[in-house]
Amino acid sequence: SARQNILAVAAPEKAEEARLQSSSPPPFLAWETGKAITKRTDIKTILLLGAGPIVIGQACEFDYSGTQACKALRAEGYKVILLNSNPATIMTDPGTADRTYIGPMTPESVEDIIKLEKPDAVLPTMGGQTALNLAKTLAEDGTLDKYGCELIGAKLPSINAAEDRNLFRQAMDRIGLKTPPSGIVESMEDAFRVQGEIGKFPLIIRPAFTLGGTGGGIAYNQEEYQEIITAGLQASVTNQVLVEQSLIGWKEFELEVMRDLADNVVIICSIENVDPMGVHTGDSITIAPAQTLTDKEYQRLRDASVAIIREMGVECGGSNVQMAVDPKDGQVMIIEMNPRVSRSSALASKATGFPIAKIAAKLAVGLTLDQIPNDITLKTPASFEPSIDYIVTKIPRFAFEKFPGAKPELTTQMKSVGEAMAIGRTFQQSFQKALRSLETGLSGFSLPKNWKRKSTQQMEYNMRIPSPDRMMVIKQAMTEGYTNEQLFELTNMDPWFLGQFRELHNTEEWMKTKSLGDFSTEELIQIKKRGFSDPQIAMATGSQPMEVMRVRHLKGVIPSMKRVDTCAAEFEAGTPYMYSSYDGECECEPTSNPKVLILGGGPNRIGQGIEFDYCCCHASFALRQAGYETIMLNSNPETVSTDYDTSSRLYFEPLTVEDVLEVIRKERPEGIIVQFGGQTPLNLANGLEKALKENPLPAASGNGNVQIWGTQPADIDRAEDRDLWYDVLTRLDIKQPPGTMVTDEASALKASGQLGYPVMVRPSFVLGGRAMEIVYSDTDLKRYIENAVEVDPERPVLVDKYLDRADELDVDALGDKDGNCTICGIMQHIEQAGVHSGDSACSIPPQTIPESCLETMRDWTKKLAKDLKVVGLINVQFCVQDGQVYIIEANPRASRTVPFVAKAVGHPIAKYASLLMSGKTLPEIGFTEEPMLKLNHVAVKEVVLPFEKFAGADTLLGPEMRSTGEVMGIDTDFSKAYAKAAIAAGQKLPASGNVFISVADMHKEAIVPIAKELEGLGYSLKATGGTAAYLQKQGLKVEPIFKIHEGRPNIEDSLRNGEITMVFLTPSGDAYDVQDGKNLRRLALGLKVPLITTLAEVVPHMAACLRAGRHQFKHCSQRQVKHHSEAQPEGAIFELHWCEQEREAATDRKNRLQG
Amino acid sequence: MEAFAGLGSSVASSSRGVSAVHGSLHAPQGVPSRLDAPQQSQPIFAGKARCPQLLKASCGRSSGRRRSLVVRAEAGLTPPWVTPDARLVLSDGSVWHGNAFGATGTSVGEVVFNTSLTGYQEILTDPSYKGQFVTFTHPHIGNTGINPEDMESEKCHLGGIIVRDLSCVVSNYRSKQSLSDYCASQDVMGIANVDTRAITRRLRDDGCLNGVICNDASISDEELLKKTKEWSIVGQDLVAQVTCHEAYEWKDPTGENWEYRMAIAADNGSTSKEPLHVVAYDFGTKHNILRRLASHGCKITVVPADYPADKVIGLNPDGVFLSNGPGDPSALPYAVDATKSLLGKKPIFGICMGHQILGQAIGGSTFKLKFGHHGGNHPIRHDSTGRIEISAQNHNYAVNPDTFQSGVEVSHVNLNDGTCAGIVVPALQAMGIQYHPEASPGPHDADICFSQFVDMMKAYKSGANPEQVAAQALKKAEAAAEKAPSGVLAEAA
Repeated sequence: SARQNILAVAAPEKAEEARLQSSSPPPFLAWETGKAITKRTDIKTILLLGAGPIVIGQACEFDYSGTQACKALRAEGYKVILLNSNPATIMTDPGTADRTYIGPMTPESVEDIIKLEKPDAVLPTMGGQTALNLAKTLAEDGTLDKYGCELIGAKLPSINAAEDRNLFRQAMDRIGLKTPPSGIVESMEDAFRVQGEIGKFPLIIRPAFTLGGTGGGIAYNQEEYQEIITAGLQASVTNQVLVEQSLIGWKEFELEVMRDLADNVVIICSIENVDPMGVHTGDSITIAPAQTLTDKEYQRLRDASVAIIREMGVECGGSNVQMAVDPKDGQVMIIEMNPRVSRSSALASKATGFPIAKIAAKLAVGLTLDQIPNDITLKTPASFEPSIDYIVTKIPRFAFEKFPGAKPELTTQMKSVGEAMAIGRTFQQSFQKALRSLETGLSGFSLPKNWKRKSTQQMEYNMRIPSPDRMMVIKQAMTEGYTNEQLFELTNMDPWFLGQFRELHNTEEWMKTKSLGDFSTEELIQIKKRGFSDPQIAMATGSQPMEVMRVRHLKGVIPSMKRVDTCAAEFEAGTPYMYSSYDGECECEPTSNPKVLILGGGPNRIGQGIEFDYCCCHASFALRQAGYETIMLNSNPETVSTDYDTSSRLYFEPLTVEDVLEVIRKERPEGIIVQFGGQTPLNLANGLEKALKENPLPAASGNGNVQIWGTQPADIDRAEDRDLWYDVLTRLDIKQPPGTMVTDEASALKASGQLGYPVMVRPSFVLGGRAMEIVYSDTDLKRYIENAVEVDPERPVLVDKYLDRADELDVDALGDKDGNCTICGIMQHIEQAGVHSGDSACSIPPQTIPESCLETMRDWTKKLAKDLKVVGLINVQFCVQDGQVYIIEANPRASRTVPFVAKAVGHPIAKYASLLMSGKTLPEIGFTEEPMLKLNHVAVKEVVLPFEKFAGADTLLGPEMRSTGEVMGIDTDFSKAYAKAAIAAGQKLPASGNVFISVADMHKEAIVPIAKELEGLGYSLKATGGTAAYLQKQGLKVEPIFKIHEGRPNIEDSLRNGEITMVFLTPSGDAYDVQDGKNLRRLALGLKVPLITTLAEVVPHMAACLRAGRHQFKHCSQRQVKHHSEAQPEGAIFELHWCEQEREAATDRKNRLQG
Repeated sequence: MEAFAGLGSSVASSSRGVSAVHGSLHAPQGVPSRLDAPQQSQPIFAGKARCPQLLKASCGRSSGRRRSLVVRAEAGLTPPWVTPDARLVLSDGSVWHGNAFGATGTSVGEVVFNTSLTGYQEILTDPSYKGQFVTFTHPHIGNTGINPEDMESEKCHLGGIIVRDLSCVVSNYRSKQSLSDYCASQDVMGIANVDTRAITRRLRDDGCLNGVICNDASISDEELLKKTKEWSIVGQDLVAQVTCHEAYEWKDPTGENWEYRMAIAADNGSTSKEPLHVVAYDFGTKHNILRRLASHGCKITVVPADYPADKVIGLNPDGVFLSNGPGDPSALPYAVDATKSLLGKKPIFGICMGHQILGQAIGGSTFKLKFGHHGGNHPIRHDSTGRIEISAQNHNYAVNPDTFQSGVEVSHVNLNDGTCAGIVVPALQAMGIQYHPEASPGPHDADICFSQFVDMMKAYKSGANPEQVAAQALKKAEAAAEKAPSGVLAEAA
């Protein structure tokens, strides 16, 4: 048989003859020649579990993997049912899966869906640890068996073996692989025993079954050890932690492995960590492929990975194996493995062009690797190991500045919120590109102008204990004459990396002795090949970035685009996936089609993440459908937008003016879309426009010049520049809270005197609520001016009247080139005004706002859209106090709320927006009526917060955004929808018990009705002195309890004893609160007691939810949410209806468990 | 610094209009001294002006001839790179400017590419590459230096080495020497800082090309081009240059540290029994083949390529092994003849060149592939079990299965292009594998071939019927393919 298969190719002369005779001889295709197809035909319907909200350690890479899996399975003819609570995902778009449920990721919900949809199989390996944990529960409690549902992709034993440290170690022992000396700990006594056995610090503590190593850490001494053990035992679902000998300083590697049901195993990618062991791999700078291994060493790791995936019984799909290698003697230790796609596999997919999730989904339904074509070459099978001829660098992005009090140190617990990836022909090039992709003010491996030099002691400490800015610390050390040997002593980074850094440093030092005009063409090429950006060259030579670019272009030093093809150019590939180099041959072959360039959002950070990627993807889908060639430019490996088949072309490049302009010069699109990627592309808009004005470029299609589409940068500025904004509002007669701009402390005090406390203060250049604060007194204000911000005439501070206990609302609307405007949705925030809109739960439609106020908002939004010449999206924030509407701000761009609104109202508004930008009008696309007016359901968004990752940070909500992700609940009324959202966000809603209340004086009046409602619902109330007295006076039955400093037993004791089921604790801002309040909030968080830190209108609703919660919902019916999607009118989003009946499913489960 | 430009009319007529594609980026190669006045935008041409002073002043990464890479430029004084000082001229007329390392002079050879991500040292010392220039597609080469353990033969056989970036640092606990020092000591020329991807694309599209590396500026591009056209690998008996001169014993198995994990599980114990005696024809054998045979329990007598068949029989081996080797398999009629006379008398196993010799001995013919297979990631399907091996590959020729007599089974197929990757002749107890089951460099997936050969020899020794032996071998392969995952899953079940 094989012989017949190979005739065509193996006999060249004959083939040549054949070609002459017939113009198309059949090419050899591995998947047409194999054994009988093993694809499962007994499975028809597959339930796919998503990953839920974005949290640290689990970001939009699972939207990427889930979306790929949906597409792949449907392409194979299966019906795909999807559950995910995260509305900001492409996977939950109607049209991705056959049927989509947006709701809580709980065993109860899954069971309800299984009952309704009767899937044959559940695929849990695409939704991260969330999905895997959910599957574990359902498999263990018998639910899956009950409904005859099979787990595909990973079976229960392998899920357990990978997560249960003991089983894992036993498995490694069986196949002769070493693991670090360690012990499983289930109690403090265990912990001491294991510590004695291992014998020395530092010790690494890893809890079982947690995301991104929550609750883990490195203990250097006894005290830390006890502390981390306690936290770890709490964090682990199984109350198990692993204590192991620290391998700090060892080299760390990861291999991405795939296996099919026929036991074929391939390695997709090797990843080497630049940061040695001790830093969580998610927080490490990593590169692919590994650089410091000989073939023998690499093959040893490969053999181990293959043996591990077999031994662990991962029957098919992707896994990643983490290994440590002793740099002194090459000894190998196995650290862990994940039996599912992970963040690393998303990275490996983007790094190699091999779509791991897509292939894994196909393997799960029985296909083998050789039965699947390699997407990129199209001629060779997926059963191969990608070879790459470039270097990929990933650098994580952190958000420690958002969590004052948390130590910016990197440990085995993951803390990064996003990452940037860059591709370069060499390590140096990709490393510098990755640094500038981070958008943290770096233009490469050069100290930024505002770098605060560290003292020797600080610097050496920061190198021993890595911090987010460790690369700059190393750079500073180099400028201070540290040798590579010294740096190695301090950092343990492999000398290979240090050598590369040194060469970059030397290049920069050499450049500093030159002026721009001195460089020869050859020298400029050499500099650019090393990844130096124009701003870096400008800084070194005392020039300006645009001048560097001009000189460069004059000398013909421009990038050449290379393609990512999985095979190092061995085979011809039709891949549209590109990166820039300065290596000569340019492979981009631009077309002359009408095309549009979409700028993505760059690395995820708090305030800018998956929501913007959702918008970018929609723009690409819509415009592709409208006949444009779409070109995506982004640097975030976790996203759907950087999937190579989302757009017609993909440039994996940093989002800087230089890099974007170079792509524009190659591609010459008709339009550039900057308003979908969040703040990142908007920040580039002015620079791009200036460059395009100075040097107009004709579009490749011949249709005019390259230009920015949508709302013009000048108009965006009018909404952002305070003076211009004031003019707009005055002209349009729109009210805003009184306020002023000050440049020193005296004028600040004067201004707040006039306005009256509380006032909202923020720097004028504020982004995403950075350094914004509500102050209640002169003392407070002085502290803020002294500590929080630098105030000078260059950097004024805004002082606004803070509208206390007001309602905040968000309006999303669309405008077109003719000045039409349609309101898409109005969201009422559930937290009071003053909490960042990104951290606030919200509801569509609004629940308690008078229609007259809504009308005012509609009117103002339309006026603004017209005046700002909005083409595309605009988001306006309003405040309502005592029936009076105030405007807070307007953002003439896509906002974070777009995906939520789109799913709530059932219209793809990001798609509409992109069509409007391409020149269509609202009547043309048929969107002229506000869809919210016809809604017959309520959609609620709730957020998730990462406080538990940042020990020491206060948990208060405020004007500074801190949430990482969001969930959506949808139902017929508000309280049910809210309860769903709250459950989906992981909040526990206790049905009874003691509620502890401690509120600031200014909130005492407001708490009374809430307390009454709680009492009416059967909760017992406890309160500290002042609050207790006040509530008792109002006729409530309240038991007083000591504050921490008042004596024992106090509230801390009660909390620790589990006597409190919910906490209302608002900050008063006084010294007591800063101390005890913060500790109590952290304690409640640690003990997972529901904690409410804000008051206002929300709380009765909260209580209503709690009441509803007591009736134990049951999903009794489903209903389709009408969604206006051309792509797939049938496949749509469904809501599950909840009835107020005894919860049958829950009882059923309980019985089964007991039985 | 691989700036290259057209070479007169030969390039202008080249199929892809090289000079047009690269011209706008690639500035003149003549790099004027940095003391020169600021430059104007210049037309693109292949200038030859060099600045020897600058060369001397610079002391950078790419100058392998300077013994130590530790000596580096003082920051700030000179740029940390060296001006292009070497050329690679391909027979299609393209000229690539880069930096010389290793030996100096002028060197001609056939240019191939290798897509392995690791293992440059093994490739360098693999005799199969005799006379070839290897373009490494992986951009960083030399990172882990050279160590004495990973040698595949006594010396470096490559004609030249073409890399994108020669590592400025060597970092590995076993390294004893830098790559460029090693090349210099082996008199092998290297060129760095050329666009290896662009070269690979050419080789892919145009097939193998001859090339010349030269760091003598006095020789013109045209003369170098002429050299590439005069030289040919076809029909050359390169084997004679790499085979051993007299027979010797080989006993060393793979070191304990590096033993193949799967192999231990498969064949533990076989070493303790009476070792099987294998006569291995050395057509340029890689040491790792001998190590793997030893690890699988063989005692090996390595013999020169022209060792007469009757003398082999005289050694009374349990089996005969035909090694890999360089060049054109049709240039070795004597080896084919020897194999013919051994066929049916002893079990025979051929790898790579050995496979092609076996193929010819059983009546098949070989042909040259367009650009060969050189890498560590090619999928192979074992036909009877469907099992896939990721394999190490290094060959430019393949056997044409259409030319076989009946009784020859194509056992393995290369899934990238469908070429024949392995044959079995059950009646004659012979097997051939086109790729490299011994890996080094490359994955260890195909190690089972050695144990199949061992089984074949054992059965022969015990006087079993050849057909039974074949059936047993198949059974073993199937068992390996269907091996149920042990461990947790099995336990749970």
